[in-house]
Amino acid sequence: MKDLSLLVFLPTLGAAALLFIPRRQTSALFKAALGVSLLAFLQSLWILWRFDPNTGAMQLVERLRWIPAYGIEYAVGIDGLSLFLVLLTAFLTPVAILASWTIHDRVKEYLFFMLFLETGMLGALVAVDLFLFYVFWEVMLVPMYFLIGVWGGERRIYAAVKFVIYTMAGSLLMLVGIIFLATRNFQVTQSLTFDLLRISNLNLPYDEQMWLFLAFALSFAIKVPLFPLHTWLPDAHVEAPTAGSVILAGVLLKMGTYGFLRFAIPLFPAAALSAAPWVVALAVVGIVYGAMVAMMQDDLKKLVAYSSVSHLGFVMLGLFAFNLQGIEGAVYQMLNHGLSTGALFLIVGMIYDRRHTRLIDDFGGLWKQIPIFSGFFLVVTLSSIGLPGLNGFVGEFLILLGAFATAPIWTAIAATGVVLGAITMLWMFRRVVFGPLARPENQRLEDMNAREICMLAPIIALIFFMGIYPQPFLSRMKSSARLVIERVESQKLAIPLIQGETVWEEKAARGN
Amino acid sequence: METNLTPLLPSAEVLLTALAALVLDLFVPKKEKGLLVWISLVGLAIAGGMAVFLRDGQGGAFQNTILLDRFAFFFTLFFLGAAALTILSSVQYVRETEIREGEFYVLVLLAAFGMILMAAANDLILFFLGLETMSIAVYVLTGIWRERAEAAEAAMKYFLIGAFATGFLLYGIALIYGTTGSTQLARVASALKPDGGQPSLLLLTGVFLVLIGLAFKVAAVPFHFWVPDVYEGAPTPITAFMAVAVKAAAFAGWARIFLHSLSPLQGEWTVPVKALAILTMTVGNVVAISQSSVKRMLAYSSIAHAGYLLIALVAGGAAGGQALLFYLLSYAAMTLGAFAVLIALKDGARDNEAYGDFAGLGFKRPFLGMAMALFMLSLAGFPPLGGFTGKFYLFSSAVTTGHVDLAIIGALNSLLSVVYYLRVIVMMYMEEGGAEGKSFARAPYLYLAIAVAVLGTIYLGVFPAPALDLSLNAFSSLR
Repeated sequence: MKDLSLLVFLPTLGAAALLFIPRRQTSALFKAALGVSLLAFLQSLWILWRFDPNTGAMQLVERLRWIPAYGIEYAVGIDGLSLFLVLLTAFLTPVAILASWTIHDRVKEYLFFMLFLETGMLGALVAVDLFLFYVFWEVMLVPMYFLIGVWGGERRIYAAVKFVIYTMAGSLLMLVGIIFLATRNFQVTQSLTFDLLRISNLNLPYDEQMWLFLAFALSFAIKVPLFPLHTWLPDAHVEAPTAGSVILAGVLLKMGTYGFLRFAIPLFPAAALSAAPWVVALAVVGIVYGAMVAMMQDDLKKLVAYSSVSHLGFVMLGLFAFNLQGIEGAVYQMLNHGLSTGALFLIVGMIYDRRHTRLIDDFGGLWKQIPIFSGFFLVVTLSSIGLPGLNGFVGEFLILLGAFATAPIWTAIAATGVVLGAITMLWMFRRVVFGPLARPENQRLEDMNAREICMLAPIIALIFFMGIYPQPFLSRMKSSARLVIERVESQKLAIPLIQGETVWEEKAARGN
Repeated sequence: METNLTPLLPSAEVLLTALAALVLDLFVPKKEKGLLVWISLVGLAIAGGMAVFLRDGQGGAFQNTILLDRFAFFFTLFFLGAAALTILSSVQYVRETEIREGEFYVLVLLAAFGMILMAAANDLILFFLGLETMSIAVYVLTGIWRERAEAAEAAMKYFLIGAFATGFLLYGIALIYGTTGSTQLARVASALKPDGGQPSLLLLTGVFLVLIGLAFKVAAVPFHFWVPDVYEGAPTPITAFMAVAVKAAAFAGWARIFLHSLSPLQGEWTVPVKALAILTMTVGNVVAISQSSVKRMLAYSSIAHAGYLLIALVAGGAAGGQALLFYLLSYAAMTLGAFAVLIALKDGARDNEAYGDFAGLGFKRPFLGMAMALFMLSLAGFPPLGGFTGKFYLFSSAVTTGHVDLAIIGALNSLLSVVYYLRVIVMMYMEEGGAEGKSFARAPYLYLAIAVAVLGTIYLGVFPAPALDLSLNAFSSLR
């Protein structure tokens, strides 16, 4: 087993090992799970160390024949687009396990699913065989379904079932798309393969691209979630246990945007180009809508959930700008959102554990009582609204810069979303942390303990680091992002020939 | 005339075991009836060993009306395995219900004998004989729990509908014989080829009648009305046996007769079978959603799965044949397993089959819960389990032969099925209460059967390559 496979399957091995620990020894179970996830994190750092920033191609590739009759391989690899998402996943899992220490029910199964989920996420991020990707993509679904459905809040069953059915609705059509793509590739090249790199050389006619793009994009858009396919998200987030929300917001939603970047756009560039205006419009609607609905919420978790809809709209906007700033900004923003929103969910979880309420009106004046908590909360809030010097700013700035070049009007509207988001978050923060400490229950609150500081401190450190010194991140994304852009650019001239009149025709004419 | 009887050995061995068990049953005291289980299992194992030993002998018996080609070999092993798992999961069941054990095992063996004959038959008459041997045994098994009123009703219904289907089949065979002058499949096929013109109306009628007869046996919509009542009324192990083995036997016939011998006529029957597939998937899934008993839900879901299998028939050719055989394998593992868990919930005379009886099972009986969750996820088509891989090849065969619409309808149907399969998991892991389920100590055989099904479901999902090769090999050995 080489580096990437080791990383992917380490958590599963750990999950299997948990089965041999008696279920009563909860603390041993927690420690074992934490240890395994930390090992996986170390392994991801080792992969970062071995990563060559000078190439945009897939690295550390491993290939094994899996189902030779169908040309299906176990093929994994990593490039600048997936590298940091892999790191983020490996980083957030131990944090999520730390956050789960307050779980007392069925700890063994809980940790088992948590580690199994990590394998699914990492596998989906490194798979370069379409079949393998689909397998991991679906594998992610099952543990999350259990995490929400067993350990979630009151309406957990509704939320869990809705989550699965929404996601399956998209992905089953993607499965047919994958099969169709492989069949097409066979007809053209006479070799049966599901290898992404080989299939992406296929130049499909425009209308086939369009259908396939729709099949893939639906699946990813549900996961993102792009407006108006977002309705599963607030339910899932609100009902999930804290760690579930952290993973859901931190990693699972990124699978949607990552899917666009890795599959939908490079495989069907012409279709992506002509769908871009629609996607951008939906993304911007999502940005503004998400921020406005978030503002109305009186439940902290719902507020954060809706603000995710808004933030992921930005990521989509950046992706469909099809230029370096846009895509780099989008990937950067995926990481930022994973950290900031993950941290926000942790924070909401902490006060929920103490007070068993998440209603904003039940708080106020917390700074006087629990200053460490409030300080952490402040940094995370500011990071979430994109204050310069913190991570969020870099991503949003790059996205707006990139998007402005292709869709100036939509970008202008999106920028109002930044303001709306800032108002929402600051208003929320003010109502929770400042003002008089009126409620007697809040006067007995305890500040963060060592475990909780251990959870948040590394996130805060990264928030500052990524805000001040983004270069090491961006430089590793650049080459891979360029490859995607080149693929799209190469289609800009081709489109008018197939489709007739488009926006790009004018651009091409001006270029000549 | 020289007669080569070697290809008959495996099926003859099953028949002999059945007869031996029948005779022994008279002498074995009631307490020692467990011996019959062992005799049946050993008999099945020996038959399996013989089949493996003879797998390369392409010989046929009785002027090639019976073949032991790789196709027959595949299904022989399939039916032997299904019968063995059925017997393993019945041991506790027959004791609790006081069904007469001797007859029970004997009838299962006889049914398996008939099925093997069906898969090996290269002649329509022999196919029919196999089908009737199987059917009559299963009619009796359906009603064998005589204390139960539903059982008698189910057996009656099954028998009447079965006789009806037999009529269609036999009339169809007669018409085929009348127009082609033979019942031997090879001669029928060659009679089709020469002129290449429009086949005669009589022949087509015959073909469609055979099609309808088989559609009854696999419970394709609209020939499915008997299924829910019969499946519910029959003893649960027999329900499993029907859902898996009887269906597979009919599909074996379908593969040999239609996908192979009558494939020149594919242009004629593709459209009706396609309609049949779409109807079967959709009706099966939609109605399954509204069921309140898990056993009925599984009955309707098995209708839906017959619909998925029909996709392979529409696709046809090697791709369709391979997908069909592979899907049958994984379908067998997960369906037998799911029914076995249902059996494990049985408590005395009470069948615990409502959704509510599954409540909390996941934590009360972790193994049963885990196994059932696995079977449900696999039936719903989650990777990396057998059900997913099977569906993948089914859909692939549809796409490669240009039936993308069928693949999409199949995929949407899988989504529908998620709704009711997840309901079981919701019950097991997210609700409290419900029935207990047997422990290992009380039902070791049953647990063994479930474990085998679990391993099969995972193995076919994670390492499908060997089974795929086997399926392709089996299908392409048809000549």
